[in-house]
Amino acid sequence: MVLIEAKSLSVGQRVNSVSLSLNKGEVLGLLGPNGAGKSTLLNALAGLEKKSGSLLVDGQDDATLTPNSRARFIGLLPQSMQSTWSLSVTDIVSLGRIPWGDRDSEAINMALSRAQIECFIDRKVDELSGGERARVWLARVLAGQPKVLLADEPIASLDIHYQLSVMNVLRAYAQEGHGVVVAMHDLSLAARYCDRVCLMNKGELVALGNPQEVLTEPLLSSVYQVPVDVDLQRTPPVILPR
Amino acid sequence: MAVNRENAAMMERLNLILFALLVVIVWLSLSLGSTQVSVTSGLLEWLNNELTSDALIIGEIRLPRTLLALAVGAALGLSGAALQGLLRNPLADPGLLGASQGAALGAASVFYFGLFASFGSLAIAVAGLLGALIALVFMLFLAGSGRPALVIMAGLAISTVTGALLAVVLNFAPNPYAMQELVFWLLGSVSNRGMDSVYLMLIALLIGGVLIARQATLLAGLSLGDRVAESMGLRITKGSRLIILGTAVLVGTSVSVAGVIGFVGLLVPHIIRPWVAHRPDRLLLPSAILGAILVCAADIIVRIFPVGQELKLGVLTSLLGAPLFIWIVWQERRRWF
Repeated sequence: MVLIEAKSLSVGQRVNSVSLSLNKGEVLGLLGPNGAGKSTLLNALAGLEKKSGSLLVDGQDDATLTPNSRARFIGLLPQSMQSTWSLSVTDIVSLGRIPWGDRDSEAINMALSRAQIECFIDRKVDELSGGERARVWLARVLAGQPKVLLADEPIASLDIHYQLSVMNVLRAYAQEGHGVVVAMHDLSLAARYCDRVCLMNKGELVALGNPQEVLTEPLLSSVYQVPVDVDLQRTPPVILPR
Repeated sequence: MAVNRENAAMMERLNLILFALLVVIVWLSLSLGSTQVSVTSGLLEWLNNELTSDALIIGEIRLPRTLLALAVGAALGLSGAALQGLLRNPLADPGLLGASQGAALGAASVFYFGLFASFGSLAIAVAGLLGALIALVFMLFLAGSGRPALVIMAGLAISTVTGALLAVVLNFAPNPYAMQELVFWLLGSVSNRGMDSVYLMLIALLIGGVLIARQATLLAGLSLGDRVAESMGLRITKGSRLIILGTAVLVGTSVSVAGVIGFVGLLVPHIIRPWVAHRPDRLLLPSAILGAILVCAADIIVRIFPVGQELKLGVLTSLLGAPLFIWIVWQERRRWF
């Protein structure tokens, strides 16, 4: 079942005629160098950018959706994880219920449990480490129970333990019948966790397909402009600059 | 969820404390003054339209003054909490953002140029409201975004411009008495205002309060940034405009009926914030109540101050508020160094 379908989607000069779809149960990785247009594309899919082209959300034209109904279907986890005020972990997570206008404790508890942050719900968010904070922000999106979760570099600046922890949560969420699009820089983790990957460069879609098709030495070397070694036969797969 | 229960208990405690303080301060405000009167009998006699001296002092002088102090304080506390939440800046305050000066300029223009004469006694309020609104819109246009440093800089710029224009108005005052009257009015006071001002302030409080309270969810969502708030379906542009309009109604009317009473909008949210787990949406009502309490308390001090000439309310709140402001800066400094 297709959750989101973009056809010839463009956002100014930053994203140029990108076509992709996201299926139920799938983790779609958005890859590409800095400035490739990954964040802009995610924001456009979340309805936060003026765009041209066609975007179907749950089979409906995106332009006909109200901000609220879109927010119930699509949850965005942006790169920035800042809270102006010194809010508690529970308060941050419960803000994820804003699209529904309630404080559904079952959904909030489920999100706390999925992100494995029940042990520090009584703490203030500004007292947490970067890894703990990343999981709190992830739980905020999970509390909204969106059918589609768009995550913009959720594992940037995390240590390997938290990288795996966050990717495992995203993987499990997709397997429960949701869809996840995740922008990331770690190519090895993309090969390990994504069902399909979308390689972008300078706002253009370079390749879209399963990791074996897209994460090849010639393609990656050409896009990142450094020689890359790819070993997808290893468990877990390894992709490193030479 | 232990935290939620703890927060709820803390809010309950806060509400109880504020309610008790409100009752005490209203009682004190009605009982204290140059003449000793019995509050209960004075109130009862006034309600029964009896023309005793107690009834006149309570009903015609102290009750309007108390109600006006409460309403002005509530308006300032609420607008401070709303602006700090909207701009995500603990230093946001109607005074620091140019709204108070804009309102003062608008109202002062009525004194001199007779603007909005068709509105009768509401002319000053309308001018104050327009002045505050124009100042806030210019400030937001100049700042271009909610970035704290830019907002404060833009607020300072607008305050400077409106301050300069106000100085021009004072400079060209038709006579020294008019200038003295205007300066005294700008220093802030709730004395000798009458029930008309109270009704006007209550209407402003109702309109501004509803406009702001309806955007409480937006204020909560904005804590996590524009992008997150927008992705959660919140209409930031429309909601922000309504909050600015609500603030302009509150500040414009307060300044037009009571002059400039500084620091209340800045300090009250700081005092309340730890009690409401720093939630900007839960800050609104308690800030309004504490603002009411503080301005009423300051007005009591003004009344019992043993000097020949009345100490102006705005002067007192500035005298008391400035050290607290310095303390806030000190606390912020400790966070960074």
